[in-house]
Amino acid sequence: MVACVFGRKGYVLNVETSVAKTALYDRHVAADARIVDFAGYAMPIQYRGIVDEHRRVRSTAGLFDVSHMGEFFLSGSSALESLERIATNRASALVDGRVQYSAMCYENGGFIDDLLVYRLGDSYMLVVNAANKAKDLDWVTSHLLPGTEFRDASDETALIALQGPRSEDVLEAVGAGSFASLGYYYAARGDVAGRTALVSRTGYTGEDGFEIYCEPGDALTIWDALLEGGAPLHVEPVGLGCRDTLRLEMGYALYGNDIDDTRTPAEAGLMWITKLKKGDFIGRDAIVEKRAAGLTERLIGFELEGRGVPRHGHAIVSADETVGVVTSGTFSPSLERGIGMGYLAVGTDGPIEIEIRSRRLKAKLVDLPFYKEGSVRRA
Amino acid sequence: MSTAGLRFTESHEWLKVDGEEALMGLSDYAQHELGDIVFVELPEEGTAVSAGDVLATVESVKSVSEVYSPVAGEVVEINGDLEDSPDLINTDAYGDGWLIKLKLTDVAEIDRLMSDDEYEAHTKG
Repeated sequence: MVACVFGRKGYVLNVETSVAKTALYDRHVAADARIVDFAGYAMPIQYRGIVDEHRRVRSTAGLFDVSHMGEFFLSGSSALESLERIATNRASALVDGRVQYSAMCYENGGFIDDLLVYRLGDSYMLVVNAANKAKDLDWVTSHLLPGTEFRDASDETALIALQGPRSEDVLEAVGAGSFASLGYYYAARGDVAGRTALVSRTGYTGEDGFEIYCEPGDALTIWDALLEGGAPLHVEPVGLGCRDTLRLEMGYALYGNDIDDTRTPAEAGLMWITKLKKGDFIGRDAIVEKRAAGLTERLIGFELEGRGVPRHGHAIVSADETVGVVTSGTFSPSLERGIGMGYLAVGTDGPIEIEIRSRRLKAKLVDLPFYKEGSVRRA
Repeated sequence: MSTAGLRFTESHEWLKVDGEEALMGLSDYAQHELGDIVFVELPEEGTAVSAGDVLATVESVKSVSEVYSPVAGEVVEINGDLEDSPDLINTDAYGDGWLIKLKLTDVAEIDRLMSDDEYEAHTKG
C-alpha cells in the first residue's frame, strides 16, 4: 500500500518551514486532526473521517476553519468602478450587507479566481481562494483606478464556517440568535459569543449556514463557544476533506479543478455571474467572442452506473473516442456512488464512459446539483 | 483481533499462512491511514503474481492506493463481500476485511516478511 494522500494521524507539520498556522491550529492538533499543507497553511483535512464529517454537516452542523481564505478591501471614491472592471458580476447591484458570487478573468476570458464580494458600507470585501491570494493581490492592485484604496486583511482575519441545517440553533445557543433573520447571501456585523464578528449567511456545502469573519484573537473564543453551544446537536469540527465532497455534491466549482485560467465562464456554466450587459470589464470581449463562435465544450455532471470512483484527470470516452476530461470526482457519501464533473465536447451524444485506470465504466449525465435535499436558502 | 502469527510487509500488507495457502489483507494501521474505504478492485481468481506485483487497488474518499503481493503465488479466492461492503477493511482489517487468498509458490518466502512486533516497530519508526 502506498501513496497515502494524508499526513499521518496526529502528525504535526514542521512549522519551522514556510507553512502558516491559523489562529485555530492548536485546536486542530488537540483534536487529533490530520493536518496537511494546503496552499501554504497547515490545515485540518479530517478529524474522525470524511464520510462521518460529511454526514454531520448534512444532518445537524459542522464547524470548518477556513481562515486560509484571503480577504481584500476596496474603498475610496472609485472603488465600485474599479470592482466593475475586474469582476464579472454586477457589483453595482449590491446594497449594503449584500453578498455576491463573482469571478475575475484575464483579458482572454480565462479565470483568475472565483470569489465572494461583500458590500460593507462604502467599501467592498473580496474573499478569494487561499491558493490564489498572491496572484489575485497582484492582479487587483495593478488594475485599480485612481481613487481606489486597497487593503489586504487576510492576516488579520480568521474565518469559521458553521454549516448544516441546525446552524441557526447553534447561533441561538451562543446568544447570536438575532442572525437568524439574515437572508441567504446577506451579512451583518454583530456579537457572537461576546466577540464582534461579521456574520454571513453563505457557504460551500449546500446546507444552511453562516460564515463568521472575526479577528484572529477572537477565533478561539467563538470556535469553543460554537462547539459547546452545539454539543446537544453533536456539532463537531469538520475538515477540508468533507468540504470537498459536500461542495461537489452541490456541483459547486473548485478553482484549480473545474475552473482555471484555461476555462472561461462560458463553458463553465457561470454566465449567471457574468453580466455582459453591465458595461465593459476585463475578459468581456473574449467571452462574447467565444460565445459567438460557439462553445466546443461544456462543464457537465455525471454519475457512475457501476462501482468506482472518478478522479480529476480521468478521460471521458464515447464510442472509443476521448470526448472530455473529469475535473472533479469523488465517492458521494449522500448518494453512495461515484460522481463527477468534467468538460464534455458539445454535440456528444450517446452513452459516455469514464476511463479509470485500465477500465471503462458506464456513466450517465445528470443535472446539477447531484444532491437535491440540501437545506441551503435561496435568495 | 490478535495479530500474533501474521506476517507483514513494509507496504502494510499482512499475510496469514495456512499450509501452502495464505490469506492477505491490509493492516489496521493502513486502513486507518487511508480513511473511509469506498471501493476495492480485486484480481480474478487464477491470476499468477510475483512478489511486488500490484494485486489490488483500494480507494478511499480522497486517495487511491495499490496493494502489492508480498510473495509469489496464485490468486485462489477473492473476498466477494468487499464489493458491497468495502468498509469491512476499516471495521475488521484482520478478519472479514481480508482481500485475497493466495496459493504460495514457495512457502519459505514468508521468512523475509516482518513479524507483528517488527511491523509495529516499523509503523512507529
